[in-house]
Amino acid sequence: MALFRYPRPLPSEITPKEMYLSRRSLIGGAAALTTLAGAANAASLKTHLGPYSRNLTPTPKEDVTHYNNFYEFGMDKGDPAAHSQDFHPLPWTLEITGLVRKPVRLDVEQLLRSPAIEERIYRMRCVEAWSMVIPWDGIPLATLLKDADPDPRATHVAFESIVRPSEMPGQNEALSGIQWPYVEGLRLDEAMNPLTLLALGIYGETLPNQNGAPLRLVVPWKYGFKGIKSIQRIRLLDHEPPTTWNRLAPDEYGFYANVNPQVDHPRWSQATERVIGAHSLFGAKRQPTLMFNGYGEQVADLYRGMDLRKNF
Amino acid sequence: MQALPPHAVPEISGVLKRHWRLVLYPIGMIPAVWLVWQGQHGALGADPVNVFERSLGLWAFRFLLVCLALVPLRRFTGLNLLRYRRLTGLLTFFYASLHLLAYVGLDHGFDLSILWADMTHRYFIILGMSALILLIPLALTSNALSLRLLKRRWKFLHRLIYPAAILAGIHFFLSFKTLNSVSAPYLAILALILLIRFLPRSQTGNGI
Repeated sequence: MALFRYPRPLPSEITPKEMYLSRRSLIGGAAALTTLAGAANAASLKTHLGPYSRNLTPTPKEDVTHYNNFYEFGMDKGDPAAHSQDFHPLPWTLEITGLVRKPVRLDVEQLLRSPAIEERIYRMRCVEAWSMVIPWDGIPLATLLKDADPDPRATHVAFESIVRPSEMPGQNEALSGIQWPYVEGLRLDEAMNPLTLLALGIYGETLPNQNGAPLRLVVPWKYGFKGIKSIQRIRLLDHEPPTTWNRLAPDEYGFYANVNPQVDHPRWSQATERVIGAHSLFGAKRQPTLMFNGYGEQVADLYRGMDLRKNF
Repeated sequence: MQALPPHAVPEISGVLKRHWRLVLYPIGMIPAVWLVWQGQHGALGADPVNVFERSLGLWAFRFLLVCLALVPLRRFTGLNLLRYRRLTGLLTFFYASLHLLAYVGLDHGFDLSILWADMTHRYFIILGMSALILLIPLALTSNALSLRLLKRRWKFLHRLIYPAAILAGIHFFLSFKTLNSVSAPYLAILALILLIRFLPRSQTGNGI
């Protein structure tokens, strides 16, 4: 006779055997990412802790995945999570072209199985004066650029996001004045810096659509808008490429966009930042913003002799 | 609970008719109370201070638009709600003041160096502050005594609502990174109200 009642899952809720077996093989390291293609849910990634991940406490995952800017899905910070479910991140091809000796076309599904994927726990500072700590999983951009063998004439790297208005409702918003695709750029030496990451996941899982699936740029010493999402094409150039926010408001958003508490945005101070994750109106925290977001040791040399007030 | 005697219901409605202020002022304050409640219960999301501050500003702008719309409403529909101008005007001031308090206290923790830099250098902040400053004399004279004492000058003084609305409108526009479908309708309503107010009557068709 049963003494205890406990809630039993419905048969339909139980994970099918082939699916959990494939998960096991994933954990075992074997490539079994077949369930990944077209899946709306995040799949786990094989990853290992990389360098530069200091003693930082990550922001709750719920906040990282439900509070961010991704104007392709709408202008409110809840919009990306609310309106990105129709986006299909796979299959996906990433092109590396332009001034390279070996143009590359990468199958991102293969890239997701790469043993080179490592975890980097980075600070993320938005130009709007809020900040998070995010555990990214990705591959240093330099690794991929070296594979393409940059031509000596190349000085800059241009990044281009995807245009897919049928799956990205924000691209139908006519009022914003944003020209799609979203474009970003770095100097080649910035792109080759070991901190610069091509992220394929967060929290050990593939990137959710709203965070830039299937792959995005992470440049932790720059404001968040430099981290272009859902990248389709990377081109090496011999000149500085146009960038989306600089094109929209050149007096507010510079090409460099290095985190700098001494150079304010015309509309607000950049000296401090609101720390995301408190969830309580009267318990929210503000903290001083660090020069280069705390990564000066790794990147200050890139800008030696430059007037950072002018090149903001 | 005791049942009300039959004659009490018409009595209550009569009291409410005469003392509608007792009902409408508290109703107007519900959004503020609701925002504080949400803020304390984690319902304002990941960046509660920002949402709280911006929502208060938006409520101030909404009440300002309603206040300004009452005159054209009477002119074009004949519906006379002018007696609610003081109510909506004072609620505008109430929300604008809370908006300022949230920015100074909650957002910047009364950090005077940052606030001073904001108020002296940033046109976005200066515009919003100026709008609020223009509303102060209006709030202070929104009573029967001032109306009696100032006579015709009262009407002149209260035209300050128009420059305040223009400043607030620019401040509101600048609070978004780009024009968008959230801000555009509010700005369109403000533009329409100003157009009706400042175009000569003959051009607008004299009260159609």
